[in-house]
Amino acid sequence: MWLLLKGGRIVDPSRGIDEGGDLLIQDGRIVGGHNAPVGEDGRTIDCAGLVVAPGLIDMHVHLREPGYEHKETIATGARAAAAGGFTTILGMPNTKPAIDNRAVVEYVLNEGADADVNVLTTGAATKGNDGAEMAEIGDMVDAGAVAISDDAFPVQNADLMRRVMEYSRMFDVPVLTHCEDTSLTLDAVMNEGVNATILGLRPWPRQAESIMVIRNILLSELTGCPVHIQHVSALESVGEVRWAKNRGIPVTCETCPQYFSLTDAALNTYNSNAKVNPPLRTDADVEAIKAGLADETIDAIATDHAPHSLEDKQVELQYAAFGMVGLETALPLVLTNLVKPNVLSLCDAIAKMTIAPARILGLDSGTLADGAVADVTIFDPDATVTVRADEFKSMGRNTPFDGVELTGKVIATIVAGKVVSSDE
Amino acid sequence: MQLQRKDILGLQDMTADEIGLILDTAISHKEILSRPVKKVPILRGKSICTLFYENSTRTRTSFELAAKIMSADTTSISVAGSAVNKGESFKDTLLTLEAMGIDLFVIRHSASGSSHFASQTVKSCVVNAGDGTHEHPTQGLLDMLTMVENKERLDGLKVVIVGDIMHSRVARSNIWGLSRMGAQVRVCGPSTLLPAEIDKLPVQKHTNLDEALEGADVVNILRIQLERMDRGFFPSVREYCRLFGINKQRLRKCADDVLVMHPGPMNRGIEIAPDVADGEFAVITDQVTNGVAVRMALLYLLLGGGSTNVASA
Amino acid sequence: MADSVKEVMNESEIRRALKRIAHEIVERNKGAENLVIIGIQSRGVPMAIRLAELIGEMEGLSVPTGSLNVALYRDDFATRTARTISASDIPFDVTDKSVILVDEVLYTGRTTRAALDAIMDLGRPAIIQLAVLIDRGHRELPVRADYVGKNLPTARRENVKVVWLETNGRDAVTISRQE
Repeated sequence: MWLLLKGGRIVDPSRGIDEGGDLLIQDGRIVGGHNAPVGEDGRTIDCAGLVVAPGLIDMHVHLREPGYEHKETIATGARAAAAGGFTTILGMPNTKPAIDNRAVVEYVLNEGADADVNVLTTGAATKGNDGAEMAEIGDMVDAGAVAISDDAFPVQNADLMRRVMEYSRMFDVPVLTHCEDTSLTLDAVMNEGVNATILGLRPWPRQAESIMVIRNILLSELTGCPVHIQHVSALESVGEVRWAKNRGIPVTCETCPQYFSLTDAALNTYNSNAKVNPPLRTDADVEAIKAGLADETIDAIATDHAPHSLEDKQVELQYAAFGMVGLETALPLVLTNLVKPNVLSLCDAIAKMTIAPARILGLDSGTLADGAVADVTIFDPDATVTVRADEFKSMGRNTPFDGVELTGKVIATIVAGKVVSSDE
Repeated sequence: MQLQRKDILGLQDMTADEIGLILDTAISHKEILSRPVKKVPILRGKSICTLFYENSTRTRTSFELAAKIMSADTTSISVAGSAVNKGESFKDTLLTLEAMGIDLFVIRHSASGSSHFASQTVKSCVVNAGDGTHEHPTQGLLDMLTMVENKERLDGLKVVIVGDIMHSRVARSNIWGLSRMGAQVRVCGPSTLLPAEIDKLPVQKHTNLDEALEGADVVNILRIQLERMDRGFFPSVREYCRLFGINKQRLRKCADDVLVMHPGPMNRGIEIAPDVADGEFAVITDQVTNGVAVRMALLYLLLGGGSTNVASA
Repeated sequence: MADSVKEVMNESEIRRALKRIAHEIVERNKGAENLVIIGIQSRGVPMAIRLAELIGEMEGLSVPTGSLNVALYRDDFATRTARTISASDIPFDVTDKSVILVDEVLYTGRTTRAALDAIMDLGRPAIIQLAVLIDRGHRELPVRADYVGKNLPTARRENVKVVWLETNGRDAVTISRQE
């Protein structure tokens, strides 16, 4: 069985390629543009005017299953991923029960095996995400967890975090850290600044993030464990990671589209869909994030896709859950807010959503090289699309971008040579 | 001129004309309060619900009196404590009451923005009676009415707001309303209780009370919440009182005819000395009376919708 | 939509009508000892003041005058837009007084009804009588004036307007019809 992607703009940052051409997929693998299809069973997709890129990898997704299936399931999350051009997603461990042991890792991977895209999972750093006792990291890695994370439940105890890093290093998996000093964010709702002052909302200083970023950077230096800073939102954090990289500390980081697309002004009407953790910041932070993306300080763009039910969001703002969905808006936001204004070239932007997360997680994917498994995303980089939350494949409707016009549209998502989502 | 809005959520987005209209209407309504028969039929058949998620006998009573003087029917609902984890959601409570025919909700809630939420949830009118640490627009209006009555102007008045600015919805409504009307607003309190970037609002920021009081026409004293001490915003009541308590001696820095105001309930001997609270400059009971007049005016203006030009004479 | 405007009473006609009403009031009430005059805001007020002056001159005393705001007593509140209103100004007790209620035009009778309720809330007058400059008919309530300056048959679509020297710079009654 073959699939010929004809006449597209092939962008493959893993090999530094951005050129016109054909891409042939034969029996689920990429066989290059110069070979002829083998066999009767196949078809051609006309890719004129479209970009053909490695399948996008989202290294920060909340799939909610098990435990919160009213918000999202592995199947619906994967469907949303496919619709958004993602072929691989990495689930976070803050489920119920937490993904803190082999059984839950296996459950998630089993469910994920039937899903539309490649579903990977993290394992929790601590048992029950309680921040007190280390989880069975070795057993979880053995069961298939590709990284360890304290997302949503940041480990406050520095000594414990040190042990988690030292221990994880033994299994050659990175530690993904949610950086938040929770003593600075008690009941906090939004970024500290004039907007929080006007709205009367409990303020959340940038330093709550950057204090923990530098702690985890220094613990990475101490332990030698590769540490990945999740959802960088603050100006200071970008500077800290830049310093760490210059110093040779094995640190990587990601940001999310909301942190270069929005500021805390989005909360001015108490819109709970703009309530996220870490919170939306200021123009200065947005500029710092963009600069960090441009100078390679920020390695990856992830979504922190955090679906919630309406009941979790249609409440008083201070009681509303944190998070927004991101899988189905990420690529258009990157194209609109980074590529169009020339913050990043298209190739560099795609790199942060493909090869960069692949390398951080030690995956083979994120490339269109010959012989690679054919995870491919085809998108129209110029199409204008209006975001319609009620048409999302995700069960979550919680986006602040509903009704916003963005540039870029996913045309087809191909996983192992099979078209899993198509808008041809 | 008429009020072109469904809700009163705050003074931040209110124009000077709107504030002027409300204050003028309140002044005309105040006459009713001095009558032997304090009742006019204008809001007969209108249902007003005071929905309070926080205790406030004073504000609730003021709204209910205003509604009753105007002949509206009132229903009061108290939701004890924070009903976040138990019972009906705020949204469902609102929708249920609206379905029973409530024309106007008066909402007091510990969460900032809850009146915004309510206004987006129901078609009925919503009046914010205090939402978290955001705004308390009727308090701002009654404070301004009290200033206008005594000073015959707001433009150019030097108004000092003293105390816990960070957690005060009264402060925010005063800041927006007064600055919109041309007053000069100063805020003064311990630096731990001045919120971030407060100087980006139309105020002067002070941490030295004597400097802040210099030449002041009005001193509006905020209630200090003693539980703030537990979160380390200030070390002791004694030190707070010494640095920020208003006493007779300090008032000498102010204009000769300074007005002393307090939204109540007062902590006598802490933020305000007893002889100041009962002294010649205090207009604290006038504020209470004006509260009823302002709330009557708002109910009248909000529930009076519809078109003009009905011929009759 | 152009209106054709026709003047139906001029300054001297109005002056004569008011003088006659003043005489009738004094005659019917056998003097002015117990009289108070209350004008309905806003166009009834200048007329009330003038009647009080005329009666005062005739009887050699000062007749207490007040102005009444009926906005809070209207029955058409829901269909009208709330407007700024000025407070009623009645600087005397109406209880046991002979109240002359004054309005410029009597039409449906609804304003008069509202004014009666408003006065009743202020006290218990001995008697209330109604004086109007124009009675244009089309009553919707069982209301009639005790003193009328001029009966003016009109169509409903016509508009009767009284302007006063005090507020408009001249005295006149005009009738206009929407074409």
